[in-house]
Amino acid sequence: MQHFPCPWCGNRAEVEFRYAGDAGVQRPTRTADDAAWAQYVHFRRNAKGAAKELWVHSGGCGRWFALSRDTVTHTITGSEPVA
Amino acid sequence: MNAAKMRYSGWALLREGLAGQTGWSPAWHDRDPAPRYDVVIIGGGGHGLATAYYLARTHGITNVAVLEKGWIGGGNTGRNTTIIRSNYFYPESAALYDLSVRLYEGLSRELNYNIMFSQRGMIEVAHSEAELEMMCRGANAMRINGVDIEILDRDEVLRLAPLLNGDLNCRWPVLGGMIQRRAGVARHDAVAWGYARAADSRGVHIIQNCEVTGFEIERGRVVAIETSRGRIAADRFGMAVAGHSSVLAGMAGFALPLQSYTLQAMVSEPVKPCLEVVVASSSHGAYVSQSDKGELVMGGNLDRCPSYAQRGNFPVTQSVVSSLVEMFPSFATLKLMRQWGGIVDTSPDNSPILGPSPVEGLYLNCGWGTGGFKAIPAGGTLFAHILATGRHHPISAPFDLARFASGATIDEAHAGVAH
Amino acid sequence: MIPSRRMEQGGAIDRAQRLRFTFDGEAYEGHAGDTVASALLANGVRIVGRSFKYHRPRGIYTAGPEEPSAILDLRLGNRHDPNARATLEPLADGMELRSIHANGTAENDRLGFLDRIARFIPAAFYYKTFMWPNWMAYEHRIRALAGLGRVDLSSRATSAAHRHVQADVCVVGAGPAGLAAALAASTRGKRVMLVEAQGELGGTVLYREAMIDGMPGADWARQAERVLRDRGVEILRRSTALALYDHNVLSIVQKDVAASANDERLWLVRAGRMVVATGAIERPLLFANNDRPGIMLADAALLYTRRYAVKVGNACVVATGNDSAYEVALALRQAGSDVHLIDSRPERDIDPSLAGSMRAAGIKLVPATLVEGAGGHRSVEAVALSNGQRIVSDVVVHSGGWTPSLHLYCHAKGKPSWDAVTGSYRPGSAVAGVDVVGAAAGLWDLDAMLRNATEIGGGKAGEAPSSGTGVRQWTAPTPLPAGKSGKRIWVDLQNDVTIADIKLAVRENFSAVEHLKRYTTIGMGTDQGKTSNVNALAVLAASSGREVAGLGTTTFRPPFVPVSMATIAGSERGELQVPIRRLPAENIHRQEGACFREYGGALRPAWYGADADAIARECIAARGNAVVFDASSLGKIEVIGPQAAALLDFVYYTPMASLAVGRARYGLTLGEAGIVADDGVVLRLAPNHFVVSCSSSHVAWMAAQHEAWRQDRFDLAQVFIHDATAHWATIAISGPASKRIVGELGLGVDLDDARFPHMSVATGRFAGRPARIARVSFTGERGYEIAVPATLGAPLWQKARAAGATPLGIEALGVLRAEKGYIYVGQDTDGETLPHDLGMGGPRAKRQDAYVGDRSLFTPAASKPNRKRLVGILVEGKAPIPVGAHGIELKDGRRRSLGYVTSSYWSAALGHPIALGLIEGGLERASAAIELEHLGQRFTGRLVPPCFLDPKGERLNG
Repeated sequence: MQHFPCPWCGNRAEVEFRYAGDAGVQRPTRTADDAAWAQYVHFRRNAKGAAKELWVHSGGCGRWFALSRDTVTHTITGSEPVA
Repeated sequence: MNAAKMRYSGWALLREGLAGQTGWSPAWHDRDPAPRYDVVIIGGGGHGLATAYYLARTHGITNVAVLEKGWIGGGNTGRNTTIIRSNYFYPESAALYDLSVRLYEGLSRELNYNIMFSQRGMIEVAHSEAELEMMCRGANAMRINGVDIEILDRDEVLRLAPLLNGDLNCRWPVLGGMIQRRAGVARHDAVAWGYARAADSRGVHIIQNCEVTGFEIERGRVVAIETSRGRIAADRFGMAVAGHSSVLAGMAGFALPLQSYTLQAMVSEPVKPCLEVVVASSSHGAYVSQSDKGELVMGGNLDRCPSYAQRGNFPVTQSVVSSLVEMFPSFATLKLMRQWGGIVDTSPDNSPILGPSPVEGLYLNCGWGTGGFKAIPAGGTLFAHILATGRHHPISAPFDLARFASGATIDEAHAGVAH
Repeated sequence: MIPSRRMEQGGAIDRAQRLRFTFDGEAYEGHAGDTVASALLANGVRIVGRSFKYHRPRGIYTAGPEEPSAILDLRLGNRHDPNARATLEPLADGMELRSIHANGTAENDRLGFLDRIARFIPAAFYYKTFMWPNWMAYEHRIRALAGLGRVDLSSRATSAAHRHVQADVCVVGAGPAGLAAALAASTRGKRVMLVEAQGELGGTVLYREAMIDGMPGADWARQAERVLRDRGVEILRRSTALALYDHNVLSIVQKDVAASANDERLWLVRAGRMVVATGAIERPLLFANNDRPGIMLADAALLYTRRYAVKVGNACVVATGNDSAYEVALALRQAGSDVHLIDSRPERDIDPSLAGSMRAAGIKLVPATLVEGAGGHRSVEAVALSNGQRIVSDVVVHSGGWTPSLHLYCHAKGKPSWDAVTGSYRPGSAVAGVDVVGAAAGLWDLDAMLRNATEIGGGKAGEAPSSGTGVRQWTAPTPLPAGKSGKRIWVDLQNDVTIADIKLAVRENFSAVEHLKRYTTIGMGTDQGKTSNVNALAVLAASSGREVAGLGTTTFRPPFVPVSMATIAGSERGELQVPIRRLPAENIHRQEGACFREYGGALRPAWYGADADAIARECIAARGNAVVFDASSLGKIEVIGPQAAALLDFVYYTPMASLAVGRARYGLTLGEAGIVADDGVVLRLAPNHFVVSCSSSHVAWMAAQHEAWRQDRFDLAQVFIHDATAHWATIAISGPASKRIVGELGLGVDLDDARFPHMSVATGRFAGRPARIARVSFTGERGYEIAVPATLGAPLWQKARAAGATPLGIEALGVLRAEKGYIYVGQDTDGETLPHDLGMGGPRAKRQDAYVGDRSLFTPAASKPNRKRLVGILVEGKAPIPVGAHGIELKDGRRRSLGYVTSSYWSAALGHPIALGLIEGGLERASAAIELEHLGQRFTGRLVPPCFLDPKGERLNG
């Protein structure tokens, strides 16, 4: 029953949001080798503790944003729009 | 220093009954870590303990330590809903999980420890024609893979699970199903304890309250680990730390294609026997069996966000419970007694990762997602083979980490088979 | 008739209201205000159940949620609870109660002999036997002995919808500390909520003597309630907090809810601060046969005496090692019982004034003495003391000390710390947003509690209510039995776990707390160890030579008390569990005689009419004349703006930027792993305006996919996504006569083939509103898809019908599209299918620019020649191959799957069955012949190109 601070809508219940992976991942170009491409598609930081995650407010404004969240305590330390 | 154990049997119980139950020896001993082992297994859950047992039994390697940061069997081994089955779509998966079911079938006698494997059968319920067709696709694959699967009509499903909602006008009516009769449930803790006892009696060191804090890596090879109880060196290290695989990998300097989620499980108050099979529904996203003690053991989908909290949230609890009271209307008067969460490491294709890691000398047993318990004997057998020989077993080879770069993933999640 | 143990006066029961009930078939009477437990006690019922394992007779042991023994089958009208706790259920007229675990009745249990073989079946004995031949040979017998109540097969319980509320402060527990906290918090304009399990506020002061602010505690509590009500505090009575979730959300079950079919409602309260004032639970003393009927916790005996006017016994032994039981002894004495007070503490450690008041009241105080054991079988008859004395008694009440209720604090990941002075855990680490007050915080002095709770509530210590009721040693560590009597001492009554069981576990190295719990099952019953956990820790520590502080705690898993599954489900029942999507013109289809089925979460017409030939008839109409199909659930995602073309080019595998205005193009979308995710038609209405028409079940995913890449890679001001699916009704008209029929709809669009060829789009009008008309085909016939504002779907349908089109359902559409080899993504593709597996390798070969999934199409696995590819499959005879049949080959003597049939139908147009499938190597296999297998049946098939009809597409203009 977490409350996530959407940068546009404020605190909303977690059921309105969808997780979308690590924040700040760069999509490689077609010239990437198999390993680099697999890193992008499949590998995750999966941090225990402080994490920066990409979320979308799918049941609200539809905007994507970066959420700073502790994956152990579920404490939220910030959220910001992604570029 | 092998520790001989009194053999468990009904006679031994009778004898001890007359002697006040005072003659039993420890199921396993708490050892202090030695400075060096042939093989160190990180993680004292089912997979780690089974690996140690098979290293000793099959490969004769007994200079082995199993390191557990807490108490053995305290991770997902002791938190899951205990379902054992091998109804997988791809032949690679079927080979792996069916090996496991076969090993489970003889495990109580092999370990001299009753793990209470109850092959009561598992039914996956179909609620639409389309779902039945998908089930046939799966069932045929499984039969070709040598797994016992039958397609059931509606009447047969309702006969085997008479409390299922038989109303054809409900939201998701029962139209048929798929059964694996050899599937079932076992006593999860006993699997860990049985392997621990058997491994201990063959000389394996089981070391509880020993947390790995770092890897000592020289020229790309791990030579030792730092732990809360000192440095331990070994020729080979295996990690079987479901729920913390990425954490350990990060310590060793690499990433894994895993994301950790909370998976909830819950039990009702005990009631007299009312459900003789395991029942799952992918439409409902829920599954249930009745424990020998009488509790309904229930589970469903993952929680919504990555988490290491081992703590479930209410929306998923509600969805599991509402699904089950819709599936079994008479369960509505039962009370939920206990609910908990485990951390599951999910891989992109919902198949495990077995084999070498990017660091030499360190091997992986991870990514079992929601299904690690059923795979314990096979995971242990294959991981022991890998750690003993440094090479893959034919059954483990398709599950190498390299499959993500080569594109040869084994995507069970999208094969139309519910997890 | 006044029940035999009901006192003439006193209590909070309404003597004017008599309630009749039965227990195990015997008729009894109680009063309004009774609980089931108090009514049974008042009627002198001793044995209310049998223990789980040994079937020992058991009586009422507590007066609250911690009750291990008094669990009954309860029926009242439509209500049935197979495991009702007698201590929590208010008595109601007409209640039928039964014991649940006895074979027979609680009084006469045919399984009572099990207790005599107890020595052979200690804790965890089942791990050591039942292995030969296997567990299943024994399991059904063991299972039949286990379990508590019985599921009522006819039950269909439902509950009210959940309530979600927010508060600044939520106080859990309305004892003195909770009330003080709520009073302090509510003075500051905050939204305060107060949650109390009982029907009346006050907690212990309702039955224990305490003066607060110069008045009796119960009066003070009533006054506090008035103040709180005046300040707008929301007070939930008969409401038990269940679990504290992330970000301070508390679940609560409220009883006696008239609006709910099962009398319950679940609340979810999100509060800025939770104040946990849940009090403490009394611990039992450990002595031989401490489970006999007539033995109960001291505080429960006090409650039954004072609140329910029950005379619990004639000759009472009160056993304790702390001060809290002294008031109990006094109350029992005042009720006219003969009372022995056995205190484990030496005289010098006992408050002289307390001791004096006991003796003055005629209570025989025996200091420095332990109760060693209880005599009697069906009921306690006497106790043996450590000083050798034997006291005849019909009731033994005992207090081993108090255990703070830290469940909610622990749910929130608080780490309790061991307090050796009181022998229990108290809150340790701070938890943000959660405060623990009162006895739950390990405070025992009323003034200290009131001061602390007032401060926590935001007030100043000076504003706190004051009591002056001093307490010296309210609680103390449970004294452990010294001697080896050889007799069994119960630690967990419900699961029949004794001290010997704990010692056995320690001997076998199950000495981690969680191992002990799991091995012996201690604390795993429906009471969840509320009375046994701390005693188990003390015994474990003593048996393994360790300190309790170093053992760690067991985990408190929610809920605090078991809660009805109907109540948890709330309104997520029936259709509301997962609401179904419906077509705007559903009523029209019903009038047309449609048979509805669910497809991808939407309720849609499968076919029209009840005859067996409906599907074939619709197919023939489509190929011979014209059909009309409701395609409203197909996606209509608008992509608008100067960068719309660039976005679509990236999201789609099939290039879309080159699409001309007024034209439509079929295309595939992939995920980043290259797997085909959806197919659909993209329409270009204007240079900067596209409409994505995707599959019905993928609309949400496709809209999210477009939005994701828009926000990731594009200028938000240059491209905009709008999912307009629900705004439009779409009907598709298809068949040789479709042009005539569409012409009769009067849409104002020139349908001339030269100006409006296949894959064109134009805008016309229908009923004065815009209508979008696209010349596309799902059937392989000439076809038009007309989208109008949703409310106009029905008139448009009717007009098409009037012009001669036959209704077409999804099942016939499935046949028609399969004849053409048009795929359904998700049915004719799987989790491995790449676009070139479907014969659509063009963009992969040609495109150099970036698109979703691009690089994944060039991994080693993506380039393997033996990938599963889309094929057509023909079989001899009239019967279609079952969907899901696999192609097989023999390799090394074993069957191997080559792939499978994904779609299969009888084709009325062709006069033979057809099928699509994904088969290894596809048409490049060495042989076109293929063996197929379905549930043991064998078929021989032939692989053909996946298009059975009109491969040149001439019918599109027919």
